[in-house]
Amino acid sequence: MKINDVILQSVTRIVIFIILTLALYLFFAGHDQPGGGFIAGLVLASAFVLLLLAFDIETVQKGIPFDFQHVAALGVIIVLLSGSGVTILGQPFLQQSFMHIQIPLYGTIELTTVTIFETGVALTVVGVVVTIILSISKDVE
Amino acid sequence: MFTINTAILLPFLAAIVILLCLRNVKRIHLGWIIFIIPSLLFILLLQKVPFISRGGTVLHETKWIPSYDLNMISHLDGLSMIFGLLITGIGALVILYSIYYLSRNESLIHFYIYLLLFMGSMLGIVFSDHLLMLYVFWELTSISSFLLIAYWYQRKGSRYGARKSLLITVFGGFAMLTGFLLLYAITGTFSIEETISMASDIKGHAFLVPIMILILLGAFTKSAQFPFHIWLPDAMEAPTPVSAYLHSATMVKAGIYLVARFTPVFGGESLWFWTVTSVGLFTLFWAAFIAIRQTDLKALLAYSTISQLGLIMSLFGVGSLSFHPSVDAGTILYSQAAFAALFHLINHSTFKGALFMVIGIIDYKAGSRDLRRLGGLMTFMPVSFSIAVIGSFSMAGLPPFNGFLSKEMFFTAMLDIQQFNIFSIEGFASIFPVVAWIGSIFTFAYCMILVFQTFTGPYRKPPAGDVKEPKFGMLFSPIVLAALIILFFLFPNVLGDFLIKPAVISIYPGLSMQSILDVQLWHGFTTEIWMSIGIIILGTILYLYRVTYKKVYLVFPPTLSLDHLYNQTLEKADDISKSITNLYMTDKVRHYFAYIFICFIALMGISLFSLDAFSVSLQQDKQMTIFAWIIASSIIIASLTLLITTSRLTAILLNGYVGFSIALFFVIFRAPDLALTQLVIETVTTTLFLLCFYFLPDWNVKTATHHQRRFRLIVSILAGSVFTLVALSVKSGRLLPSIASYYEKTEELTGAKNMVNTILGDFRAFDTMLEVVVLFIAGIGIHTLVKFQKKKGVRKLEDK
Repeated sequence: MKINDVILQSVTRIVIFIILTLALYLFFAGHDQPGGGFIAGLVLASAFVLLLLAFDIETVQKGIPFDFQHVAALGVIIVLLSGSGVTILGQPFLQQSFMHIQIPLYGTIELTTVTIFETGVALTVVGVVVTIILSISKDVE
Repeated sequence: MFTINTAILLPFLAAIVILLCLRNVKRIHLGWIIFIIPSLLFILLLQKVPFISRGGTVLHETKWIPSYDLNMISHLDGLSMIFGLLITGIGALVILYSIYYLSRNESLIHFYIYLLLFMGSMLGIVFSDHLLMLYVFWELTSISSFLLIAYWYQRKGSRYGARKSLLITVFGGFAMLTGFLLLYAITGTFSIEETISMASDIKGHAFLVPIMILILLGAFTKSAQFPFHIWLPDAMEAPTPVSAYLHSATMVKAGIYLVARFTPVFGGESLWFWTVTSVGLFTLFWAAFIAIRQTDLKALLAYSTISQLGLIMSLFGVGSLSFHPSVDAGTILYSQAAFAALFHLINHSTFKGALFMVIGIIDYKAGSRDLRRLGGLMTFMPVSFSIAVIGSFSMAGLPPFNGFLSKEMFFTAMLDIQQFNIFSIEGFASIFPVVAWIGSIFTFAYCMILVFQTFTGPYRKPPAGDVKEPKFGMLFSPIVLAALIILFFLFPNVLGDFLIKPAVISIYPGLSMQSILDVQLWHGFTTEIWMSIGIIILGTILYLYRVTYKKVYLVFPPTLSLDHLYNQTLEKADDISKSITNLYMTDKVRHYFAYIFICFIALMGISLFSLDAFSVSLQQDKQMTIFAWIIASSIIIASLTLLITTSRLTAILLNGYVGFSIALFFVIFRAPDLALTQLVIETVTTTLFLLCFYFLPDWNVKTATHHQRRFRLIVSILAGSVFTLVALSVKSGRLLPSIASYYEKTEELTGAKNMVNTILGDFRAFDTMLEVVVLFIAGIGIHTLVKFQKKKGVRKLEDK
């Protein structure tokens, strides 16, 4: 049922990496600049949507052999655990903390537990969006 | 490192680890791995026994949301120690037994995950010192019990039983929650310990009666007291290890735990005493009476469990008299009843556990547990027979087994009520021992039926062929329990000193260890002994003439039973809710949108209007640039076109256009985060829309009548104006003061410079977490709806 769309496919092959890089950039930029887990997750999801539009489902799934329901579930579990993990240390639920680390030559980097939380958010968003799109489009065929 | 909180969490953590890592363990039975957890917990708890028996308590608090007084407070005292040891000890034995009972072809992972879920939540109930935490764990046990009863979900009976138990126990749970909230309204604390210390404030309060009724509803439904007992016999569809564990040894005792825990709060109230004692005694009598007619061995045991739970419950009713102001705090006249109750509770777990396991063995080997098809198994299964004899004779109250001791103490407590002369008891006092006595005769008779009809008499070849003893592993757990039955008879005071007395003191802080009486094997020829002798004589007669006697039950028509009432109510409720649902579930999205918008207008618009929160002032706003005007007018044009378009594709694209233009607005007004989000969201939703395009029916806007159109127009205009008003009034801060200044400290507090994201990930992380969960649920929901809509095969599997 899929029409062979050479131009779209060729462009997608290149653009997909730009989108993925953008998603990764947005994810880490979120701490100090626009971005964050939710947006990064959505951008990632839109990358997959583009792939699905350009190629057929079988090809995409061969290239990315994840079950996206599992990705979504993993995201939720990360979010929940990152929240409850700190209670073992006696901190309130979902308390986030951060620290600065000096790395020679590179400078100061900041480590924060929000990153773990945001990872969970991003994974859930990707998982859910792709799951929905896949399940509906599979039904079309 | 070991705290009580970790004890509660351990089973849950183990469940997650097993689910993630050990899904595909095939080489050994999964039960062996699970077995470690309760054994470990049992040993750890056992180490605390000397400390607890000296009157110590362990309190541990983990902060969760301190600002809402939501913390995880757990405490370990004498009372929770008994339950903790039962949960872990019986749990370990049951898991050991289940290794042989369940073959590896079953989906063991489900079984053990549910079992761990149950174990953790049951430990949570008995260890928590926080009312809401207790409630959450309470409902979790109902849910895990539901899952375990429906373990063989292909069977219709399993699904029926699971639903019944869930409906009844969750109903009670809700009632209990309401009671807790009322209690909180009086005391202002969720801590159980602090609630107990405020007992005198509670007693004078107008809420007292509703609180007591609501909490007792929770306790009675969970502990299967009359008239809520009907779920327990149907719960017997669960695999036998589950029946032995949840439905006789632990979960059904949660209600008793609740009553015991709240005795210091409500004890001394006449309503509490009358309800607990009379419901308990009547349950004891009624269930024992019904048990005799059962032909299914597990159903017989289920009724016997109900009956024994009634016995324990009534003892706590008597025990509550101790808190009456007229009773001296140091006296043990009534608090001894609590001792008897806890002693019987432990004894019941031993003998009932052993009996369930033996019946499981019979079912497993003979392929039937129907009394009419069994007989003469003694020669083939001598070990099982001995265990069954020990278990049932203990249940019947015969020496030399532990049930004899606690039953004697039960009679003493019932006779002691006569010495109490408040609550207009005098006229009724003699009824209590009589009902207890009659109930015990029936108990004796069904115990005899259980043993002798199964194991003696002519041998009948069971459906599964000739029987023999199972592997030793399967017999191990019941043998341990049978040994405990005899050991507890021989050394009752070891148990009493280390476990029961500290537990009694944790209910009655006024007592001392020395003042509580020890258990005595022989009291001389007292009334209790004569009552026991009478039970043996009359019970034997009843057993011998049981065939003639059973005609009594024909008097009760089946349409008068509680089960019938339950089924009828459910059917009626189904019908009514279906007709109500059909009123508004029209399968038309435009109707649903109308509901949403009307609710929005009503709630938001009217409430804000009445609070006088609307204030529109454009004076401080900036001038719009030409660029902004162009975008705004293009949005308006697109929206207007949307109204008159006749093709759905155009509508979707126009909608997308509006969305993208709004993103441009965010760019102009320097909200890059919003702009990014809006852009990506718009991309994804437009794609989704185009995908769904395929499924949507023809777009027949034109069919709407004039009347309908006018209605829709009014709703849309109202919704739009409320939205606009809210948006314009938000910055006035008239209703609530602005909290924006708090977020100026963002970098100092979180180390991040992006305020929007710190709100999402840090300040309001709780909201984000819940949103993520909701998103996930929605995603799974859509996936399930789409995937399973056409598969009829699933239904077929269930209706066996």
